[in-house]
Amino acid sequence: MSVFSEVPQAAPVAVFKLSQDFSNDPFPNKVNLGVGAYRTDEARPWVLPVVKKVEKIIVQDESLNHEYLPILGLPEFRSSASKIALGDTSPAIAENRVGAVQCLGGTGALKIGAEFLRRFYNGNNNTKTPVYVSAPTWENHNAVFANAGFEDVRPYKYWDAEKRGLDLAGFLGDLKSCPEHSIFVLHACAHNPTGTDPTQEQWKQIAEVMMRRKLFVFFDSAYQGFASGSLEKDAWAVRYFVSMGFEMFCAQSFSKNFGLYNERVGNLTVVARDADNLKRILSQMEKIVRTMWSNPPSQGARIVAVTLSSPELFTEWKENVKTMADRVLLMRAQLKTKLQALGTPGTWNHITEQIGMFSFTGLNPKQVEYMVKEKHIYLMASGRINMCGLTTKNISYVAESIHEAVTKVQ
Amino acid sequence: MALLKSSKVISSLGNISPSLGVLSSRHSSWWGGLQMGPPDPILGVTEAFKRDTNPKKMNLGVGAYRDDQGKPFVLSCVRKAEALIAAKQLDKEYLPIGGLGEFSKACAQLALGAESEVLKSGRNITVQTISGTGSLRIGANFLARFHEGSRDVYLPKPSWGNHTPIFRDAGMQLKGYRYYDPSTCGFDFKGALEDISKIPEKSVILLHACAHNPTGVDPRPEQWKEIADLVKQKNLLVFFDMAYQGFASGDIDRDAWAVRHFIEQGHNIVLSQSFAKNMGLYGERVGGFTVVCKDADEAKRVESQLKILIRPIYSNPPMNGARIAATILNTPDLRSLWLEEVHGMANRIIKMREQLAAGLKSQGSSHNWQHVIDQIGMFCFTGLKPEQVERLTKEFSVYMTKDGRISMAGVTSGNVGHLAEGIHAVTNHVTNVSRATRSAPLSTGDTNTQRSVILCAGDKQRRLSTEWLHLHSHSGQKLLKSLDV
Repeated sequence: MSVFSEVPQAAPVAVFKLSQDFSNDPFPNKVNLGVGAYRTDEARPWVLPVVKKVEKIIVQDESLNHEYLPILGLPEFRSSASKIALGDTSPAIAENRVGAVQCLGGTGALKIGAEFLRRFYNGNNNTKTPVYVSAPTWENHNAVFANAGFEDVRPYKYWDAEKRGLDLAGFLGDLKSCPEHSIFVLHACAHNPTGTDPTQEQWKQIAEVMMRRKLFVFFDSAYQGFASGSLEKDAWAVRYFVSMGFEMFCAQSFSKNFGLYNERVGNLTVVARDADNLKRILSQMEKIVRTMWSNPPSQGARIVAVTLSSPELFTEWKENVKTMADRVLLMRAQLKTKLQALGTPGTWNHITEQIGMFSFTGLNPKQVEYMVKEKHIYLMASGRINMCGLTTKNISYVAESIHEAVTKVQ
Repeated sequence: MALLKSSKVISSLGNISPSLGVLSSRHSSWWGGLQMGPPDPILGVTEAFKRDTNPKKMNLGVGAYRDDQGKPFVLSCVRKAEALIAAKQLDKEYLPIGGLGEFSKACAQLALGAESEVLKSGRNITVQTISGTGSLRIGANFLARFHEGSRDVYLPKPSWGNHTPIFRDAGMQLKGYRYYDPSTCGFDFKGALEDISKIPEKSVILLHACAHNPTGVDPRPEQWKEIADLVKQKNLLVFFDMAYQGFASGDIDRDAWAVRHFIEQGHNIVLSQSFAKNMGLYGERVGGFTVVCKDADEAKRVESQLKILIRPIYSNPPMNGARIAATILNTPDLRSLWLEEVHGMANRIIKMREQLAAGLKSQGSSHNWQHVIDQIGMFCFTGLKPEQVERLTKEFSVYMTKDGRISMAGVTSGNVGHLAEGIHAVTNHVTNVSRATRSAPLSTGDTNTQRSVILCAGDKQRRLSTEWLHLHSHSGQKLLKSLDV
């Protein structure tokens, strides 16, 4: 008799199942618009040239070894990563009230932040404190907070399916009516999956309500630089909230903007009231990290730290980031043009108005099924496509297939 | 505190930073009541060591291997593997949630043995984890969610300090079974069997596969056999923690003997492995978690649930270290080189143990230090008490954990003498004085110039000539100086 005989088969994580199905598909013109990783115009993964350069530097440096990092991570990585989010001249940094924890990717940063909040935010048992995530949001947000012990993870209005844009009234309405002290997970830029971000004016309104109602700000920043091509522009919302005086967290990922997906490079930036608060917060986060993974992996953090600390490499990195962002912008423009040229029913402005890696096409589940089964074009059931999966070779095929799906399937 | 919207009120208050749009300085913090967390006992030792300016300082805290120059050791097989990998120009795409397939397979094979029936029937699931800690954590979370039988995890007394908080944070409850016998500095076999026989069925029992941390005390094979039988009788779920395979005896198969024996005896174990020490990949975070299931179907179900557990913690594991480990394990001449290097590390440790025991003897220690040689692996449970540890740190700049554990890896032929001196000093009865007074000559037969002191330790008194003291004890010299004799 086995102790695990009652363990049920769990459903696979959707986005990975999609990639699996794509891999198994023998159709020659198949297209993968599923998982969120950058692809070149040859539909290949891209290791950033600056990363290759830095890896060589690291491998050849005999003085480096594989010793444990401190629990909170590589100090040079943590501080330079926080500067990327908050800006070199951030007053909060100058006031010594910004700290960070190196984590395993953006997911790891969200996890440590969530575990900390559940233990210490607003009293010391926050299992009942509501955590709000956008409707829709990256599917793993729900699980991260639920698994950290939050029993009440709720959606806040965000995407207006009809007008294919931000439901600002609904969003503000939820901010005004939610319980005080609720935690809100905000996408810093390039909202996943909708690609729809609030404007600066809209962010100001959001911040005003959050401050008034004492809501906790938890930014998820997975695409800085990737959205517009400019690090500063993509960090505007985060920096605005810091300037407003919020105590807040920002979970940063370097998976996309450094192309370091599998090295798990993330940073949880903590903006505290003052240096003393910061010290205590970090000391408790250390305890949480110690029972989770003890200390973080060194390779990826080293690559980022070396890059950010050298003016030439930093410039080269920014250029690499812009290359990726520009290709995405080009594909957006071309897809919209083709759909308009085909006369595909509906409006397609959202393709170029949306920002970042993803686009919420507006295709319904039946239409998505058509795309996958009949056309061998793999996208999420939500209608989300990864713009990076588009290339000059396949964009016509994709546009035609969308046209077919919209006209044939209701 | 309410946000004051009236601009009149705002302008009447002083000290508002122009960069702030609101009166944040008037708001209380979310974290005002938050206490400072205590420093981590093990990793905190290294922090204190770094601050010490004594040239003779020794870091015997954290268990990271050092060569005989006291330097971190990057294995040649690791450097070679890294060069091979660099030449391949691989991409950096996400690994699957369960990690690098070639790594997981090789990891399981290393532990279970290539001929294992478990591997052949595919009834294990092995996932790549964030080194040993990450593996234990995933295991603990898995048991908390799916092990219906019991919430209790039984740890040996003592165990690695981080075991308790890991299992507790995952929602399990901690209990213990006797393990270390302080009177012998060895294994309390009788006590262990007694305690294990009282454990309620379906409880989880954690066993250190080899090189027990912190004591260095391992059961002998015959003892393991009895433990395996008893555990089976009691119907307990076995959780093996194997962080030192190869590092203990120098032989990977020998070090995995207990794990393999339990499996052969029919225990469907869960197992954590770490490659931090045996491959020197500490900071790359390379580990594995294995569940030995009833059959391949159960393994598939368990795998699916492990993925559900892993995804909301860190999505998928880091590539670099796993790629290095897989390359070493799967490339024949790198694997041979690795086995040699592991053997070399284990041998150096064994040599240091011998030198330390010999050093203590030549210092004139009256204690029995056989356990220093009998214990195995990176750590030695010296038997020192917290006050003695504190003195060893303060007076000799020897950094170690309060439980008396030293990492032999930090001992070199260059510093073993200093260590022996220090340990002797803090354990030598002569120095444990509460009172010392000058006294009259020893006896009428003494010459006038001979003097003595009476030393008191607790309620014991002993009269010793100052000459003896001067000759036989460094600390005696200090004592004499302090008495101005």
